[in-house]
Amino acid sequence: MPLLSVNNLSVSFHTRNGVTEAVKDVSFSLSKGETLGIVGESGSGKSVSCYSIMGLIPQPPGRIESGQAMLDNIDLLKCNEKTQLDIRGNKVAMIFQDPMTCLNPYIRVGEQLIEPLTYHKNVSRIVAKQRAIELLKEVGIRDPEANFDAWPHEFSGGMRQRVMIAMALIAEPELLIADEPTTALDVTIQKQILELVADIQKRRNIAVIFISHDLAVVKGLADRIMVMKSGEIVEEGETNTVFNNPQHEYTKKLIAAIPTGAKKASQVVDKSLVQVDNLVVEFTTDQGRFRAIDEVSFDVKKGEILGLVGESGSGKSTIGRSLLQLVSASGKATFDGISLLDKSAKEFLPLRRRMQMIFQDPYASLNPRMNVFDTLAEPLKVHGIASGEGLVEAVFALMDDVGLDRKFARKYPHEFSGGQRQRIAIGRAIATKPDFIVADEPVSALDVTIQKQILELIESLVKKHNLSMLFISHDLAVVRRICDRVIVLKHGVLVERGHVNEVWSSPQHQYTQSLLNATPDAIA
Amino acid sequence: MAISNFDETEVGQSLWQDAKQRLRKNKLAIFGLTVLLVIGLACLLAPWITPYGYEEQNLGLGATAPSWQHWMGTDNLGRDLLTRVLYGGRVSITVGLIATGVALLVGVTWGAIAGYIGGRTDAIMMRIVDIIYALPFMIFIVLLMVIFGRSLLLLFLAIGLVEWLTMARIVRGQVQSLKQLEFVEAARSMGLSQWTIIRRHIIPNAIGPVIVYTTLTIPNVMLLEAFLSFLGLGIQAPQSSWGLLISAGVETMEEYPWLLIFPGVTLSLVLFSLNFLGDGLRDALDVRASKD
Repeated sequence: MPLLSVNNLSVSFHTRNGVTEAVKDVSFSLSKGETLGIVGESGSGKSVSCYSIMGLIPQPPGRIESGQAMLDNIDLLKCNEKTQLDIRGNKVAMIFQDPMTCLNPYIRVGEQLIEPLTYHKNVSRIVAKQRAIELLKEVGIRDPEANFDAWPHEFSGGMRQRVMIAMALIAEPELLIADEPTTALDVTIQKQILELVADIQKRRNIAVIFISHDLAVVKGLADRIMVMKSGEIVEEGETNTVFNNPQHEYTKKLIAAIPTGAKKASQVVDKSLVQVDNLVVEFTTDQGRFRAIDEVSFDVKKGEILGLVGESGSGKSTIGRSLLQLVSASGKATFDGISLLDKSAKEFLPLRRRMQMIFQDPYASLNPRMNVFDTLAEPLKVHGIASGEGLVEAVFALMDDVGLDRKFARKYPHEFSGGQRQRIAIGRAIATKPDFIVADEPVSALDVTIQKQILELIESLVKKHNLSMLFISHDLAVVRRICDRVIVLKHGVLVERGHVNEVWSSPQHQYTQSLLNATPDAIA
Repeated sequence: MAISNFDETEVGQSLWQDAKQRLRKNKLAIFGLTVLLVIGLACLLAPWITPYGYEEQNLGLGATAPSWQHWMGTDNLGRDLLTRVLYGGRVSITVGLIATGVALLVGVTWGAIAGYIGGRTDAIMMRIVDIIYALPFMIFIVLLMVIFGRSLLLLFLAIGLVEWLTMARIVRGQVQSLKQLEFVEAARSMGLSQWTIIRRHIIPNAIGPVIVYTTLTIPNVMLLEAFLSFLGLGIQAPQSSWGLLISAGVETMEEYPWLLIFPGVTLSLVLFSLNFLGDGLRDALDVRASKD
């Protein structure tokens, strides 16, 4: 008998803009000790279906239209609030996407950890604390006794996600729902968390539902995979079968979107456009001066995409920002023979036309109160490139360039999906026809299928406009797919450099090796 | 909407253009605007609306209840209340507009600059705000009166110069969180000047709380004017304002309730309308609120 069986679940959202059917007639079941991967893009209903089972859908606007979800002969969708509370966190537990926001910053980690225990199982504080410390050890937190009293902000993202897992496990649930638990994490941390989930699943023989937009992540973990699109299940089957013999068009598309392979060698003129020597960036903190970038040297050649790889906190974004004088740096950096770092803001102004930036989060990098037209027109106006009739033409040409329909010109950012927003941001960056672009994790906030489209767009634009690019990313698979050469940064120090293929086939530095081992492709 | 035929000026102001269209669809806001316009016009055209003068006494008449001759009745000196409400409205509306305008202009600019530049500039600018905050505002206004002499316009400006402090603090907080966002950094990397960034990227995004606070400021300054006038620092009898009429009405509430009811209803109507209009403006400027 399956542990959980969901039958004909339909969920819709009733807003003043009409009814959205988020989940349509979805049925699936899960046995004890089984891991089910639910895969789909954002908006496919994969999270909504699990949240409805947990009773976590805000109602209204959400409404569960039909269906049942049986767990131990209790219908989770029909039981009363009290039973639901009893099940939530007790029999079914959840891990969420963003560990940074899932812990209450004003309560010590240990206190938050024992909360489900004292609440559901009525155990004494002393016993609960003992259990919590054991669990912290189990999820790999060093020195659990001391860390029991730590504050959430003292933990890194990976450690917080471990705490979240510990919290989910503390009441010994039979079912664990993990909603994109690694999407916000670096690859190396992602690998550790995935291993931890797999390990715990085996050791405790619990059922796991693992939600992700990334097939590669699910591949190494799930026994079965369920692919969702627009609220419907389009494919379901054993993991290997789905991967080796996908039936539905959409599944094939998802598998094709996993970045694989290396870029074909492109025509790079052996002439440096950007030359960086002994770049140093220091920040002043309460503890004194902190060297974020320590004597980094590299060059970007004309027409080249140079990958800059490192974990969060390695200083990779700082390098990109310092080249554009968004943070001040010392050392030497030249662009087309022009020295960059000793320029005043005014002297730098003409250079801004030739150097641009694409930001990571298209939700934050566009002014929410400026429509597409104004956003794209702004750089053109500032640098006096176009005005009047010419401006309209230039903006429309830009929109064509990045694959945005002209009829969207009067729409505001919130009306677009993440991928479309990133297209707007890219359009803004290429508006002034720059020679050099710093792309700071331009695809890491996007779903895999969208990721692929944006990477293709970037590639074609680089070729079309003969751009040079510094491509910052923590995702090695993406870097390999798009970059010519790569440099690897760890704690502000360059540890490796070389052609992408060389670095891949024989990484020299231990850090590069660990990064390579952590990419989900290698897990499977 | 045809896209091909918009010219540059329209494109440059599209946020405000779109806001205007959205505001037009908001019935409550349009109702508020209409009421404000009607009351404002009536005050402006007072001499043509009532046959009486605001200082015209009729001691023989005394206080009378509303009648066909005196729609809002008369006060104990026999003065026509409608006339006094209309003329008093001139003072109250002017003080509301000028003082709030000053508060808006100074407060938003000050707060935006302090918040955006940050560092030492911010520290100095905000300490100045703190110091003025700390001064008892009565003393501050009396000082201004003594230095610059007494005039109505100056009184209005003085009230505005007290009210901008909170506005500056609200705007500074907004700007501080806004300037961390990537779109501001993107604007910097594009080569926009600081002033352009503040004007085009920061202020439009900080405007929601500003509008709400503005609609709260207007009634505040109207009452502040009444208070100052009561102390003899503001306007002098026989001139009046809504605030003064209401405080006079309170004193005779039991014998002559109409002296409280009519000015009170007028002021309330104006405040309600202001709130409707303010909410409408805020929603109209928030492009995310309405999807159409």
